[in-house]
Amino acid sequence: MKAFTRHSGIAAPLLRINIDTDAIIPSTEMKRVSKQGLGEGLFAGWRYLYESNERQGENPAFILNRPDYVGASILLTGNNFGCGSSREHAVWALCEYGFRAIIAPSFGAIFYNNAVRNGLLPIKLPEENIAALAEYCMESPPANRIHINLVDTTVSSNAGDEFHFDIEAVHKEMLLQGLDAIDMSLKHSKAIEGFQAQDRKQRSWAYL
Amino acid sequence: MPKTLFDNIWDAHLITELDDGASLLHIDRIFLHERTGSIALSSMAAAQRTVRNPGHAFCTMDHIVDTFPGRSDETTMPGGKQFITRTRQAAQEAGITLFDLDDPRQGISHVISAEQGIALPGLTIVCPDSHTCTLGALGALAWGIGSSDCEHALATETLKVVKPKQMCVHLDGKLAVGVTAKDIILHLIRTYSAAGGAGCAIEFRGAVIDALALESRMTLCNMAVEFSAFTGLIAPDEKTLDYVVGRPYAPKDEQWEQAHAYWRQLRTDEDAGYDKELHIDCSAIEPTVTWGTSPQHALGISESIPDPAEEDDNSTRLAMQRALNYMGLAPGTAMNSIAIDAAFIGSCTNSRLSDLREAARILKGNKIAAGVKAICVPGSSQVKHKAEQEGIDRVFLDAGFAWRESGCSMCFYAGGEGFAQGERIITSTNRNFEGRQGRGARSHLASPATVAASAITGFITDARRLDNSA
Ligand code: SF4
Repeated sequence: MKAFTRHSGIAAPLLRINIDTDAIIPSTEMKRVSKQGLGEGLFAGWRYLYESNERQGENPAFILNRPDYVGASILLTGNNFGCGSSREHAVWALCEYGFRAIIAPSFGAIFYNNAVRNGLLPIKLPEENIAALAEYCMESPPANRIHINLVDTTVSSNAGDEFHFDIEAVHKEMLLQGLDAIDMSLKHSKAIEGFQAQDRKQRSWAYL
Repeated sequence: MPKTLFDNIWDAHLITELDDGASLLHIDRIFLHERTGSIALSSMAAAQRTVRNPGHAFCTMDHIVDTFPGRSDETTMPGGKQFITRTRQAAQEAGITLFDLDDPRQGISHVISAEQGIALPGLTIVCPDSHTCTLGALGALAWGIGSSDCEHALATETLKVVKPKQMCVHLDGKLAVGVTAKDIILHLIRTYSAAGGAGCAIEFRGAVIDALALESRMTLCNMAVEFSAFTGLIAPDEKTLDYVVGRPYAPKDEQWEQAHAYWRQLRTDEDAGYDKELHIDCSAIEPTVTWGTSPQHALGISESIPDPAEEDDNSTRLAMQRALNYMGLAPGTAMNSIAIDAAFIGSCTNSRLSDLREAARILKGNKIAAGVKAICVPGSSQVKHKAEQEGIDRVFLDAGFAWRESGCSMCFYAGGEGFAQGERIITSTNRNFEGRQGRGARSHLASPATVAASAITGFITDARRLDNSA
């Protein structure tokens, strides 16, 4: 997994609430048993124009298609981002497109975990801070970059804004180190075996 | 210290508290399906990891397979066949029990894990699917995870979890006749927003819960995730034990006695506290239907669509405007005046036998309105079989509904099937998101009774207007 320490980049404001994982990556875009090849389907329903279910090229009005936002790597968005389906494809698609961080007032719980597992930093900030960042970015997207520092847990801009964000220690560590959760947990094999030996006595009915 | 139901299950599964603030929890059962399970299993194989306890993992075919009679591995979903065949192969290689297309136990994962007794009170159960919370109705700690966590659970029989905050939703009063669990959960989400349960483990309690049948409790817990909860759960009671007894994977004989004793004490201690408590007076709830593109866009069926201009919160107002635009509706429109093009009964929310019986009661002796496309998809092959034994299939067919094989079907895109651009669907499913049931398709979430009644009249309809037997 890709580690995350610091990142500066173009931030795209997509200030809608309740953006669900079906919107992030529609089911029609998940065509193979693979974690790859999903970037193109990111936000497909909004990003492309359609005529009777056939794609007719890009929708020029969609934020990520505007020339100023080419190369955007930070998404500024609304409450409850990533709600809905558990599809980790949403995170894979965002990562493949080039996003490194999503800034929202809150996230769908499964999406949040999925993001952390893939080195995509989910940052929770109050709505008014996000609005301030969005306003600043929109003035000149390529120039007015946003700076994220996970070590200090801050989001800042050259305009002097600096916001602190909260993140659980476990998530921060995993992201900073780029650690693989399975390898970490396998180190506890002894404890797992010990637990099961005991548990089998107390809850034998739970073991098939 | 007094403990909640959630604390009790959590503590019984706690292997160790980790230095980083997370807990390593034991996972008792893992359920997979061919869309996300196939990826988890392939990715594990690629990393040369093995499934630690294949006996505790199960897999079904529900998300990709189509639901047409005589179905096979071929589907019109692009790449669909690959998901099906790869899943079959991966499950076999890993030694996981697979409920394949032609297996009489096949069905939607959350329906069959309860039906087969794989999900039990007091167990931890995960599935790479957000509606795993359905099984909280049994008093299990069940939640949806992503593929990476699924691999973690398969490889280690554990998950690293940060203990969620806890909420209690008290469902007080008495439901009016014709009002169902679906109406309660839509009402709750409407009242506190789709983010109202953000990240919480929610215990549902109260007189209404005591009175609800087990399958209705599943409908309620199913949509806890639409409330943005970590999961929903309900303490097991006699109804739960009656439901579980004799199911294929449920404990038997001496183990049953042991389990029975364990489950009977599985509840929230008297003075245990929650981080948050909500009270809902259920007596006041009427059949509830969504009008927009979030489950929080819901209304009592006698109400009219609100005017975004009257909404103070900026982002909520913008979302309402977008939703009205997508749905092709105007503020002030009475819910029960909205004409529909299609009716769908199915999904892990409302496709169990009791749901089909309820809809059939309304449909019996009626025909659906001209021009309405109506489809019923039983939640499992077993539900389908039992319904057929009761003659419920005939009622649906005679009314003009299609009667399908079991699976997720048009709840989203299973079998590559969706509703058409602009088509308006009254649906017993759980998500009315943009494009969920087809690009540009307009979904109105409702109970099976409301769906059946609306199919008959061609308009969103309160079933109590038609129902003489209630
Ligand atoms: S029925 Fe719908 S919501 Fe339920 S598991 Fe299948 S796709 Fe998901």
